[in-house]
Amino acid sequence: MKIAVQRDDFDVGSEIKSISKNSKIGAIASFVGVVREVAMTLEHYPGMTEKSLEKITREALSRWQVMDCTVIHRFGELQPGDQIVMVAVASAHRGDAFAACEFIMDYLKTRAPFWKKEAAGWVEARVTDDQAAERWK
Amino acid sequence: MKVKVLFFATLREQLGRSQEDVELPKEIDSVEKLRTFLLARGGGYEKIFSGKFLVRAAVNQDMVQPGAPIKAGDEVAFFPPVTGG
Repeated sequence: MKIAVQRDDFDVGSEIKSISKNSKIGAIASFVGVVREVAMTLEHYPGMTEKSLEKITREALSRWQVMDCTVIHRFGELQPGDQIVMVAVASAHRGDAFAACEFIMDYLKTRAPFWKKEAAGWVEARVTDDQAAERWK
Repeated sequence: MKVKVLFFATLREQLGRSQEDVELPKEIDSVEKLRTFLLARGGGYEKIFSGKFLVRAAVNQDMVQPGAPIKAGDEVAFFPPVTGG
């Protein structure tokens, strides 16, 4: 399991390759979030960010059969097209891998302490993100 | 008792500071009471806590509801709803 909060970019291919080589793994689902249209600065709460991502990941591990997973989230200044976040989940079968990957993203959106600021000001939280997280209850 | 209070994003900017140590009377024993206590100081606190901004809180880096208890030495953070991902 890998959780990283970093300023630097990441390479999705090598992150997926470095997921554990357990012979029971039959599926790896991944998601990459990318900056749309305008540049932004991402602020976070060092300490709590890592803690909340660990908590979300542990929750996913308790709900689905997950053999390994990687969560990387960037902070600092980001340009359109830059990668912001990646989640990759390895499981025996695709069902658990897809579900756990989506769950981690939905929970991360409403629970991990990150805030986006664009030139026009701070980005406001969206009700649809709360709704997406709610459906896992 | 003393607690460490942190502010993030728009709340940090509006207030003009990111953290401070606050000495509290012992009856101020919840996040909501701390918010009201700081609001009474006026100025920047009034700006961020009078209802114009949506405020979320964490105690010792765990997201909590307003009624959550606080004790000496705790790290209490106030911030807007999160927008990562």
